[in-house]
Amino acid sequence: MSLSISLKINGQPREVEIDDPRTTLLDLLRERLALTGAKKGCDRGQCGACTVLVDGRRINSCLALALSLDGAAVVTIEGLADGGRLHPVQAAFIAHDGFQCGYCTPGQIMSAVGLIAEGHAGDDPERVRELMSGNICRCGAYKGITEAVLEAGKILADAVREDAA
Amino acid sequence: MNRFDYIRPATLAEAFAAAAQPGSAYLAAGTNLLDLMKGAAARPDRVIDITRLPGLDGIEWRPDGSVRIGALVRNSDLAYDPRIQGAFPAISEALLSGASAQLRNAATLGGNLMQRTRCPYFYDVASACNRRAPGSGCDARDGENRLHAVLGWSEHCIATHPSDLCVPLVALDAVVEVEGPQGPREIAFEALHRLPGDTPEQETALTPGELIVAVRLPAEAAAFAPHARYLKLRERTSYAFAVVSAAAALVIEEGVIRHARLALGGVAARPWRAHEAEALLTGGPPSEDAFARAAEAALAAARPSGDNAFKIELARRIAVRALARALAGTPARTPALPASPFAPTFGASHAA
Repeated sequence: MSLSISLKINGQPREVEIDDPRTTLLDLLRERLALTGAKKGCDRGQCGACTVLVDGRRINSCLALALSLDGAAVVTIEGLADGGRLHPVQAAFIAHDGFQCGYCTPGQIMSAVGLIAEGHAGDDPERVRELMSGNICRCGAYKGITEAVLEAGKILADAVREDAA
Repeated sequence: MNRFDYIRPATLAEAFAAAAQPGSAYLAAGTNLLDLMKGAAARPDRVIDITRLPGLDGIEWRPDGSVRIGALVRNSDLAYDPRIQGAFPAISEALLSGASAQLRNAATLGGNLMQRTRCPYFYDVASACNRRAPGSGCDARDGENRLHAVLGWSEHCIATHPSDLCVPLVALDAVVEVEGPQGPREIAFEALHRLPGDTPEQETALTPGELIVAVRLPAEAAAFAPHARYLKLRERTSYAFAVVSAAAALVIEEGVIRHARLALGGVAARPWRAHEAEALLTGGPPSEDAFARAAEAALAAARPSGDNAFKIELARRIAVRALARALAGTPARTPALPASPFAPTFGASHAA
């Protein structure tokens, strides 16, 4: 039995046939839609490498059934940059050496985008670390990641203030 | 993962009809069920996606001061809800001490209550486990069992219930609203999860096809708000299940404890309400001695189920410290490290 679902993937409406109900959002992105930015690290919700935004909220795409997300808007790392211009979180990760091998980086960056949108960390590095604890970095780039999230958070907050002014 | 039929009912009646067939499992976010299915510890023939059922995702405050929380409310929405934080701060603190931000954004209230033990032998289908496969035995009994139960366990199962949220919920006398093929009913929170006895596979009081639709907190529970804390000891700073945890809540008038609530997590197959400890505390002045006596009473029946005698003393100390923190008063804002025994100051690192 094949079921069809509608998704908005990085702003583009997509109709997708799901021929196997076991398909997770992560598998759909990687195997069917050629969006391989989100990584399959542990595939059990423990490492955060598969983090994407669903309806604006960061989740582990490995633990979400694609069929269950019918109608959702999904943003992956591929949808973050504005043409050739990096998203402020991407730029901050480069500026602060927020990675070494890069495997966890798409998940770290999508998690950071979600964290900043949630608005609970402010400029407190302890809260940033705690709210990023669902993303494991085996290279141990945590210091740069924390700095990048703090800086990007400040840039995005300033941008919101300027828009409002 | 086994193949399964996917069903997405639009009404409760459709859900119950689908669930009437054996081998059915309700799916909410799937943060626990999909994990279990990937390891074949759960093999449902039919997955019934309840996320589109109407009316289960709201937080409704009643005129009498009670609150009804829909089963599909996401953990993060519940934890950061300003009125929940104000009235039931231990619930917010417990939620924010559990899992990761990504999982809290997905996981639901009902799913948190119905999540399964994290006993590694339950997850490993090559191991004997009476909870997963009744009658097969319990490999945890002679296995790696430092984190297993010290209260309410049996020879058949020594698993613990992993939820943080359930600890303050049982302390605050929450009520579970259930609907099913036989109609609606209510279950006192303390009666929801079952101790293993000789039927560890019967994990909850729900009958086949029944679905949790809401959790209600009584108005009286908000009286504890100025003195309500959750404290959780983990083997790493964040994103780990409790070794032991405690929810403590006090109502203090004129230097005397008028009402006391104490519940422990990580010690048994259900969140453990410590009624004896509460009775000892009620009517007396709050003091370190009183808290120590209460903790002694709370763990009086405890016995190690393996290499975990240390958890009994640890649980006593966590109970005393949770009561001391409750006495000191609920902080204006949930700490940066919720429920942590570490107490960072702003801008400083606990790891420095």
